[in-house]
Amino acid sequence: MKMNGARMMLECLKKEGVDTIFGYPGGTVINLYDELYSFKEIHHILPRHEQAGTHAADGYARATGRVGVALATSGPGATNTVTAIATAYMDSIPMVIITGQVPTPLIGNDAFQEVDIIGITRPCTKHSFLIRDVKDIALTMKKAFYIARSGRPGPVLVDFPKDVQMAQGEFHYPATVDIRGYKPNLSGHPRQVEKAVAMIIDSRRPVMYVGGGAVLGDASESVTELARKLSIPVTTTLMGLGAFPESDYLSLGMLGMHGAYCANMAMTHSDLIIAIGARFDDRVTGKLSTFAPHAKIIHIDVDPTSIKKNVRVDLPIVGDVKDVLTKMIAVADKSKEKLAEFTSALAPWHADIDDWKEKHPLAYKQSSTIIKPQYVIQKLRELSDEDAIISTDVGQHQMWTAQFFKFNKPRTLLTSGGLGTMGFGLPAAMGAQAAFPNRQVITICGDGGVQMNIQEMATLVQNRLPVKIVILNNNFLGMVRQWQELFFDKRYSSTCMELPIDYIKLADAFGAKGFLATKPGDVESVITQGFKENGPVIMEFKVAREEKVLPMVPAGASLNEMVLNA
Amino acid sequence: MQHTISVIVENDFGVLSRVATLFSGRGFNIDSLSVAPTNEEGLSRITIVTRGDAQILEQINKQLNKLIDVLKVLDFTDGSAIERELALIKVSAEDDARAEVLRIVDIFRAKIIDVTPKSYTIEATGNPLKIDAILELLRPLGLKEIVRTGSAAIGRGAKGWNG
Repeated sequence: MKMNGARMMLECLKKEGVDTIFGYPGGTVINLYDELYSFKEIHHILPRHEQAGTHAADGYARATGRVGVALATSGPGATNTVTAIATAYMDSIPMVIITGQVPTPLIGNDAFQEVDIIGITRPCTKHSFLIRDVKDIALTMKKAFYIARSGRPGPVLVDFPKDVQMAQGEFHYPATVDIRGYKPNLSGHPRQVEKAVAMIIDSRRPVMYVGGGAVLGDASESVTELARKLSIPVTTTLMGLGAFPESDYLSLGMLGMHGAYCANMAMTHSDLIIAIGARFDDRVTGKLSTFAPHAKIIHIDVDPTSIKKNVRVDLPIVGDVKDVLTKMIAVADKSKEKLAEFTSALAPWHADIDDWKEKHPLAYKQSSTIIKPQYVIQKLRELSDEDAIISTDVGQHQMWTAQFFKFNKPRTLLTSGGLGTMGFGLPAAMGAQAAFPNRQVITICGDGGVQMNIQEMATLVQNRLPVKIVILNNNFLGMVRQWQELFFDKRYSSTCMELPIDYIKLADAFGAKGFLATKPGDVESVITQGFKENGPVIMEFKVAREEKVLPMVPAGASLNEMVLNA
Repeated sequence: MQHTISVIVENDFGVLSRVATLFSGRGFNIDSLSVAPTNEEGLSRITIVTRGDAQILEQINKQLNKLIDVLKVLDFTDGSAIERELALIKVSAEDDARAEVLRIVDIFRAKIIDVTPKSYTIEATGNPLKIDAILELLRPLGLKEIVRTGSAAIGRGAKGWNG
C-alpha cells in the first residue's frame, strides 16, 4: 500500500503493538501529527514539556515491561528529551524516542530548530538511527524496537527528517529482523550453571544480591523460588525492590548507602554473593577495597560489560536472568539430599542475620506533634492497594520510600536509580496511570523535585489520569541539606526553598483537589480522603524539616561502617 | 600496557563517532587510530592502539562488542598479529647532512619521495617501533614535519578474521 512516511511511522508503531505515545507537536513533526489526527489505534497524550513526556513513556515502560514511545519535534523539542533519555539509559528501560528533524537537504546548515540530536544523545542511548529515505522507515523501526527491548534493554532514538515524512512509498513491515553486529547472549551456559549450584552448596553464608535486571527480565518468580528452595537471604538494590517480597522472612531489604544494617552486614560477612541482574554500583558497594572481603562472587547478567567492571568475579554467567535461574533451580532439584544438608547448615548464618535485624532495624523516632516523613510512607503502604504503583523523585523521600514502603511485587516501584533525576516522579506516574487506568498510582515527591515537572498537573487533569501526588514538604532540598549538616558544618548553601508554596491552591488552579496535613493526627485522614477522589490529587504533608535518612554509609566508607544515629 | 585492537564495523553513518565517543566517555586512551573500508562491502576496519591494565582492556573489548554496529573485535596479544605503520617525514638536509640522511634511509629501507636543495621527504613503513627508531636518528638532523598513519594490524596465519 502506498502512503507517506509519516503514516508509515504510525503503521510501524501499530505493528509493534504500541497503544499509547507521549508527544509534543512542532514544525518538523507536523506531518506526523496530521496523520495522527485520524489514526485511531494510537492514543496520544500531550504533556506540557517534552522532558515530562519522555519520562512518562519511561514510566509506562517500567510499569508494563513494554517499549515506551515518546515523540518530540526537532531542536529544543529534541534537546528537552535528553535528561529523560539519560534517565532511561542508566536504568536500562526499553524506549523508542522519535524526534523530528529538519529536511535532509538542510541537515548541517544550522537550519531553524536544527540540532544534532543523534550526536547529543550518543552516549546515553543504546543505539540511534537517522532515517534518510522513506524506503528505510519500516526496517529501521523494526530494528529500533528489537534493540530497545532485547538483551539489556535501553532507549533507542530515531531521528526522522520532515522530507522523509512527506515522501511517498510502499509499506511492508518485516516479520523478522537480523542485525549481524547484535546478537545478545540470552542462554546461560549449562556448565557455568552447574558450577554456580556447586558453589552455593559449598557456601555457608550465602546472600542473593538482586538488582533491576531481575525486574526488567521478569525474573522475580524465579528469584523467589530459588531463594526459598535454598533458604538463601535476599537483599535488593533500589532498582531491585519488588523483585523479592519484602514481607518474606528471607528478605534483608535494600542494601547500600541507605540500606538496612542487616543487609550491609550480611554482604560484609558473606562467603558467597550471588549477584543477579545487579551491577555493583558505587552506592551499593561503598569503599571497593573493603567490599565483601570474604565472599566469592557469582555474577549473572545479560550484559557482559556489567561483569568485572567494578569488582572481581569468581564465576561469571552471561545470560537472561530468568533463563539462568530456571536452569539453576533445575540443577538444584536434582540433588535433593545435598540441598537438605545445605539448608540445615545455614542455621548459624540465619541466626547471625536475625541478630543484625534485631539489633538495628530500620527505625525512626515517632513524634506526637510533628509529622515524620517515614510515618507518612508507612501509612501510605497500609492504606494503599496491594498492587498500587509507586513512583518517586530523587532524594530523602525516595530513600524513605525504599526503606519503609515494603515492596512485594515487581514493577510497583518506578524510581530513577542510576541517573537520580529530580522531576521524574510525577511524569513517570502519569505514564504508569495511562497504562493502567484502573490501578492506584501514587507519586511520592519532595517539595524540590515536584516543582521540576509540576506543569504536568495539567496533563493529568486533561486526560483524567487520577495520579495521587504525595508531597513530603520540608521546604528544603533535603538530601543535600543532610549532607551539609553532616559533612559541611550545617552551612545550608542554597538548599532552603524559602518561599512557601500553597499546594492546595495550586491543585485548585489546575482543576485538581488538594489536601493538607500539618500534624501527625491528620496523616491518615488526608490519605484516606485523597485516595477516595476519582481525579488527580495533591496530598501535602508538612514534615519534620531536618529529619535525616539513616542509617547511612558515608561516601567512601565501607559498608559495615554505617552511621546509625547522627 | 600498549595493546592493538582491530574492530570490524558496519560502514554506517556515525560509526567512527560511536567508537570515539566510547573511548572518550569511559576514559580509555587512544594512542593511534586508523580506519578504512575492507574487502567486504559495507564493512570497515578500525585499528586502535590503546593502553591499560588487563581489567581495562577487558572492558574496552566488551564495550566495543556491545556497540550495535560492531561485528567483531580482534584483540591482538603476544605477537599474534603483524603490525605496520606508514610515516612521511620531512627532514632538513643540507651539506654533510644530505649523505647522512641517505645512509639512514638506506639502513631502514625507506624511500626518498621528494627532494629539494634543503630537504628530503622520506616514506618509511614498518612496525611502529621501527618508525620510532628512524625518527630518533633523523631528529638531530632537523625534523620539519612528520605524518604517521597509526598502526594497521592483521592476524598471522592462513585464516581471515571471519574464518
